Amino acid sequence: MLKKKIQSGYNFAFLDEQSKKEIRRRTLKAVAIPGYQVPFASRELPIARGWGTGGLQLTMSLIGPDDILKVIDQGSDDVVNAVNIRKLLAQTTGVRTTEDTREATLIQTRHRIPEEPLEDWQILVFQVPYPEPLRRVEPSEVKTREMHAEADYSRLWVYLYEDIVRWGEITIGAQYPVMVNGRYVMDPSPVPRWDVPRLNMAETLYLFGAGREKRIYAVPPHTRVESLQFSDYPFQVEDFTGKQCDLCGSTDAYLDEIIDDVTGARRYTCSDTAYCAKRRQLKEEAGKNA
Amino acid sequence: MGYVPIKGGQAAIEAAEKLVRYFRLRGGSAPLEIKQIQDQMRLAVDRVMGEGSLYAPFHAALALKQAEGDTIEASFLLRAYRSTLPRIGYSVVVDTRDMTVIRRISAAFKDIPGGQILGPTRDYSLRLLDFQLADESLTHIREFLSKFAPGMMRGEKIGTEEVPPSFPKVVDMLRAEGLLETLTAGEEAEEIIDITRQPITFPAPRAARLQAMARGETGGLMALAYSSMRGYGNVHPTLGELRVGYVPLRVYHKTRSDEVVTVGRVLVTEAEVIARMDAEEDNIPRFTLGYGLCFGHNEIKAISMAVLDRAMRTGSKEAPAEDEEFILYHIDGIEASGFTAHWKLPHYVTFQSVLDRLRRAQQVARREGEGTQ
Repeated sequence: MLKKKIQSGYNFAFLDEQSKKEIRRRTLKAVAIPGYQVPFASRELPIARGWGTGGLQLTMSLIGPDDILKVIDQGSDDVVNAVNIRKLLAQTTGVRTTEDTREATLIQTRHRIPEEPLEDWQILVFQVPYPEPLRRVEPSEVKTREMHAEADYSRLWVYLYEDIVRWGEITIGAQYPVMVNGRYVMDPSPVPRWDVPRLNMAETLYLFGAGREKRIYAVPPHTRVESLQFSDYPFQVEDFTGKQCDLCGSTDAYLDEIIDDVTGARRYTCSDTAYCAKRRQLKEEAGKNA
Repeated sequence: MGYVPIKGGQAAIEAAEKLVRYFRLRGGSAPLEIKQIQDQMRLAVDRVMGEGSLYAPFHAALALKQAEGDTIEASFLLRAYRSTLPRIGYSVVVDTRDMTVIRRISAAFKDIPGGQILGPTRDYSLRLLDFQLADESLTHIREFLSKFAPGMMRGEKIGTEEVPPSFPKVVDMLRAEGLLETLTAGEEAEEIIDITRQPITFPAPRAARLQAMARGETGGLMALAYSSMRGYGNVHPTLGELRVGYVPLRVYHKTRSDEVVTVGRVLVTEAEVIARMDAEEDNIPRFTLGYGLCFGHNEIKAISMAVLDRAMRTGSKEAPAEDEEFILYHIDGIEASGFTAHWKLPHYVTFQSVLDRLRRAQQVARREGEGTQ
């Protein structure tokens, strides 16, 4: 995409420099204590609370003029919220944007990790609605912070156990709790279980920002991230056995289920649209060369 | 492909923005002037400044115009604008005894030093729709002003010249008689934190609670305060004093730090609620105080703040109004409205994931059902 003119009248990346510096310092603390939620004084942005303001503030504090930015929502570059956030960042920084995961230096995401592998020169910023994994069992922030301090996760284990007793399965879909570096239980944001194993011992820095709840946390590269599970009830990712992407034929990607509005039949397409497009293009090129 | 309702974003957003503009303008009426909103939608402007946490009448009026009168949306616009402004300093602490009062009442005493000053209020008016307003013209306005405020028509500055410059406070009288709790040493020594620069942690200092409430959403504060008044943690409030007026905005001189400069004035509403008895260390029972102060003229908000301020101090957390975490995390209109609206965003990845779990759980249930038959 073309470099766009920077919106006049606003600082580079919208926030004032003092605020960006504060956010970066909190981020450094988060990186130093993997999985620990660092409080920060979240700023209001022209995007509503709950629409990605935590991720945005991280991105704004980190982005430089040479960055190449990718923004996705539900795996897609082209859904309205991703478009909106990309527009705000592009207008206030003038940086180049891309849809190619392998090209982006900074990726902001909601609810997905891109399918293509990420490397050590890339940063993935997650938008987080509920930073507190213990909120399922305890509504009070004072109490959950105490529980983290004492590494007391017994109530969450009991919750998982009771889930199995009641339903014969752990019924947590997305936003599956994980143990980070053997110390803090962390909410990986509402990514599907499919994405959770990719947090473990990764090459990339993962940063998580919750704007409304005013928390930053991180999974640095090469950090152990384990899904909570029992030996007789192991963690499972979503089951797409026998299904494939209707567009690119992938059998190894997270799929969106699509209900045909005429026939009511179910079809599937890749949730990561850039990955899907790239596969189709490669196929097409291979077809031409053959 | 039939299913692309939220993709193809950019063009759709632009079209939606044009439609918003069109819906605002399609009636073909004359454009609203910002000055008109500032003058004639005074209370809406005040509310937006309070909830937007920025004392800027022009910007608040502009936000109201842009938001088509939606106060939450207008406050949100103002808050976002606020984030672009650097924090250049803090004002000198205001003493509301120095307030230039436009309204001041007490429900605790019939007669108070300085007198009850009703000021601009609808409290005792019959709420009948005034159909004459529908035909209000500039002539009517001039006629009214020349009779009611002839000085203003002659270009003199309209003011509060007939009102004493400052009043003794009702609560000061009670305090002098030893009927009211004294401020604890801890509270007075407390460093005032800035909740826009340091996130709130619990237990929150009182200054943080009052700041959070001062930018809270009026309706949200009222609902929670009302729950207390109805009995969920009732503090049995009496309105000691309600003041509306201007306080001077003073700052320390940039280079000569011992010099204080008055740079403007700010309209605020202040409520002091006298509440249920409590005994201090000396075992002598005294009344307790709840305090509320917000930007602009917004009495419901200031009173709600004062009731909640007192309710949160009970510390029992048996009722929602007594639980500071419950109150402070849920009164911010910008946060609450943003998150409420976010459910309109697509959630199909997460929904797919729970669908997978439901199908699996159904399989388990069916299998077990077959096993038992």
